Order: sequence, then C-alpha cells, then structure tokens
Amino acid sequence: MKPYLSIEKLTQRFPDGNGGELTVFENASFGVEKGEFVVILGHSGCGKSTIMNILAGLADPTSGVVIMDGTQVKGPSLDRGVVFQNYSLLPWLTTLKNVTFGVKARHPEWTKQQVEDHAAKFLAMVGLEGDVIHRKPSQLSGGMRQRVSIARAFANHPKLLLLDEPFGALDALTRGTIQDELLKIWGQMEQTVFMITHDIDEAILLADRILLMTNGPNARVAESVEITIPRPRNRTEIVEHPNYYAIRNHLVQFLGKRSKELAGQPTEVGQTNAPETVRIDLTEPTEDPEDKRPALKAVNS
Amino acid sequence: MGTLSLNQRAALLSVLMLVVGLLIWEAAIPAQKAAEELTEYERLTGAGSAKAGVPPPSQVIAKAWEQLSDPFYDAGPNDKGIGIQIGYSIYRVLTGYFLAALIAIPFGFLIGMSQVAYKAFNPFIQVLRPISPLAWMPLALFIIGDSEASAIFVIFICSIWPMLINTAFGVAGVREDWVNVARTHELGPIKTAFSVILPAAAPTILTGMRISIGIAWLVIVAAEMLVGGTGIGYYVWNEWNNLDLTSVVFSILMIGVVGMLLDAMFGLLQRRVTYAE
Repeated sequence: MKPYLSIEKLTQRFPDGNGGELTVFENASFGVEKGEFVVILGHSGCGKSTIMNILAGLADPTSGVVIMDGTQVKGPSLDRGVVFQNYSLLPWLTTLKNVTFGVKARHPEWTKQQVEDHAAKFLAMVGLEGDVIHRKPSQLSGGMRQRVSIARAFANHPKLLLLDEPFGALDALTRGTIQDELLKIWGQMEQTVFMITHDIDEAILLADRILLMTNGPNARVAESVEITIPRPRNRTEIVEHPNYYAIRNHLVQFLGKRSKELAGQPTEVGQTNAPETVRIDLTEPTEDPEDKRPALKAVNS
Repeated sequence: MGTLSLNQRAALLSVLMLVVGLLIWEAAIPAQKAAEELTEYERLTGAGSAKAGVPPPSQVIAKAWEQLSDPFYDAGPNDKGIGIQIGYSIYRVLTGYFLAALIAIPFGFLIGMSQVAYKAFNPFIQVLRPISPLAWMPLALFIIGDSEASAIFVIFICSIWPMLINTAFGVAGVREDWVNVARTHELGPIKTAFSVILPAAAPTILTGMRISIGIAWLVIVAAEMLVGGTGIGYYVWNEWNNLDLTSVVFSILMIGVVGMLLDAMFGLLQRRVTYAE
C-alpha cells in the first residue's frame, strides 16, 4: 500500500558551471500519509527548498516521480498549496483580496459574497478581523502578513499544504503565536502538511514526523524520526514531556555531527534511499532500550 | 511666520518670487518715447512708429486677459482663439499618443515576457529611439502625403519608445514569487497577465506613459511650426511673423501651463497604481 504522498527516487542535478554536474540529492524516497504533519530538517544547501519546489510543481526533478493520491505530480496545481517564506502576498491588493484571489481561483463558480465570506472566515481563524482585512500588506507587520499567507493557503483546502520556512523571517515571540495558530487551524482541518524549517523546537512542536537530511551535495533523507509526544501540544507543556529532550538531543546530534558524517556519499545506480525510521519513546517499557535508542547513547557519551 | 505650515510658507515665497520677477521684467523694458518728444528729423525718418520690442509683463497680462476671455473665436485661417489652437494641438498629441500606447503596451508586454524577444528587439529599439522625431517628418510627409496625419505620426513615433521600453522593463522585472503565486493557483496565461503581471508592472508602465506625454507635448510645438495651419506651435510662429511678441510670450506661457496639466494628469494616474512593498 503506497502512502498518500509518495516521493520515489527523486534526483536533482544542476550544471556546476565547470562543465560537470552537481548532484544536490539522489534517489530520495519517502512518503507522507494523509492528514500527517511532516517536517523536513537539514542544513542550508541540502536541497530542502528544491524538494519543496518539486512538490509544488514549480520545478522539475532530473529524475524520479512524485505521486499524490494515485496521480503523478506534474506542474503547479491548486491541490498543492504553498506558503512561501517571504509571504508572497500581492502588494497592490488588500488583505481580504489577497485571500479571495486564491478562493476565486479555487471556486470560480461562487458568488462574490460567498468568496468574501469564505476568505473572511479563514482570516478570522488566524486572528485577522475587522478593519485590518482592508489594509494593504505593506501596512501589516511581518507576522500579520504570514498569517494572511497561511489563511490564503488553508482557505483553498489543498490536498497537500507546503510550508517553506514560513516563520524564518519572524521574531521569536511572533513565531510562537503563529505556530499556535497554525496548530489550531491544522487541528480543525485535518490538513496534510509538508514543512521546511531550521528550527528544531518548532519542528518538535508541530510535526508528527521529522525527516532529517544529510548535508549536500549528494544529500539524502537519512532518518525519519517519529515525534512520540501526544497532541494537543502546547509549547510550555511539551518541554516537560519525558520524550522531549530525548528527541531534541537526537535531532541536535544529527544536525551537529551525523549530517556531516553521512554526507557526500554518492549512491549506486538504482539504489533507493529510503529513510531509516527512528522511534524514541521513554514512556513505553521496552526490553532492550539500548538497542532501540542508538542516538541516546551518542548524546550521553 | 511660525504659525504657517511648510506648504503655506513655500506658496508665499513663490508669490513673492513671481511679483519680484515681474517687477524686474517690467522695469527692464525701456518705455517708448512719446511722439511729442521726438525731433522733426526723427519723425521724418520713421522713429515715431511703434518699435517692436520684448513686451513688459503688463502687456502680456492684458493680452492674456483679452485672449482668455474669448478663447474660441474663429475669424478666418490666420486669426483663431488660443483655445482653438491649443485644442488642435491636444487633439494631435492625444491621437498620436494613444495610437502609440495601443501598440507599445501590448508589444512591450510580449517583449518583457520573453528574454529572447527582449534581446532580439533591443538593437532596433536602441537605434530608432535616439532619432529626433522631426527627422521623420520629410519621410512622413512623402509617404503619408498629408500634413495633418504626418504631425500625428511624428507624435506617434516619439511617444512610442519610452512606453515600449518601460513596459518591457516593468514586465521583465515582475517578482518571480508573484508569478509563482499565480502558477500555484492554476491561473492561465491571460489571467496571470491581467491579474498579476499588469498590476505589478503598472507603476513602471505609467512612468513610461508620463515620460511619453511630456515628450509628445515638446515635439508637437516644433511639428506644428513645420506643418502649419493650426495648433499652438503654428500660432507661435505666426505671431512671430506678425512681429507680435506679446502674443508670442503669452503663447509660450500657455504651452507651459498645458504641459504641466498633462503631466499632472498622469502623475495622478501614476499615484493610483503605485503600491508599497
């Protein structure tokens, strides 16, 4: 049984400017289940954004396919909504019009009133109501702009929502608030989400599963770490969960050390680079914890 | 003084400069000697007839009052009101200008969308652009064979370049992110052009249109001096031939005022499409 979103043997190469080729990543394969929140973590240059662009249909891979809900992904589609890091709001439209822009594209048969009501509802879900929705993006703070962008994406009910470092340009406090709002709206919509981030705490708070990428070139998705912290999560409470620091240490260890050690190994032709599943759960008794938690050993040493 | 706003103080200064300037001008013009003061000899040699000279502002103001109180009179081919002359000029400018816009904006759009087209057309544009529009006049007169249409053609050819170049430049410079927004929303090429690229490039396009209308108004005066018949340019030249310098100075001022109004109109339009990022 294939997962809802299946990435199969994805390879991306670019000319390196000296007549040769640069392999960003090779034979990357992984899946995302319906309704799942998957976060991909890795250093800059490992090809996270390239994977995102391929999933969005804005770029084509050198080889490999992406299959969503039984059909191959080709070109951009309303089924795959994107929230860009720089918000990508149209500056000449008001906040409301930026959202209706998306809704109109999704539901061309709706009346103007239906479109506006729908858009206003989703803006309200991210905390934008009243006069604010008639302002231009330039009159909004960065956090508010990203809220608009999130509302625009959710209002379209895409089958897959792609978030490209959505909070990268925001200050820590604003980031926290919007993460909470994202969790809330995600909880209501049962939306499948694929997100890129640099922020480990953000990844643990939001994700069901974190994909870890090794450094580029020749990057690959090395591990798939399950986040064994029950929902609903709350930023102040998850840190007290016994699994929190175990998972966090594993991630820090990977990004700090192992992402480098595992990097730069070209793979053989036809090899499938499926990530190794890692499950860290201190709450359930296991027969041989040392075996199941290799990363913890590394942390303690 | 402290209670006046910045704008009020500037306006006051402007009025002051105007008054001082006019007074200096008035004082600098030597008065004609009255006929009684002339000697017999001077009267016999014709010194008594009025000499042509640069008119003082008081005369220009009197002329302006006379002309502007009845701007649309028509007393034959060589004696029409200033309103009629300006009307002809504006008609020619707008006809040539909008014909140019009709071609330059869609064409600039296409050039801006394709890098190949941009590079392919660039050498032609670069050669044609610096040609003085009046240099086209003989060719236009010969091919078109009609002075009226030739004047319009000259306006057309001079206003097409800034619009073409600015449209292409604006369209080519539309942020990739905005185009991606259109793509991820499955907008077709026509819809993308109108709902994303056009509004994004509008400020640059309007800048080109504003430069063009300014150039067109500069050129129409010279063109009408050549083709004659009607228009503000013809009026200036005709009054020069009549040695009526008061009318010449008055019409120079009118050219300035109309040019300013045209520019202000496009400035207003430009402000409406400008957005802050």
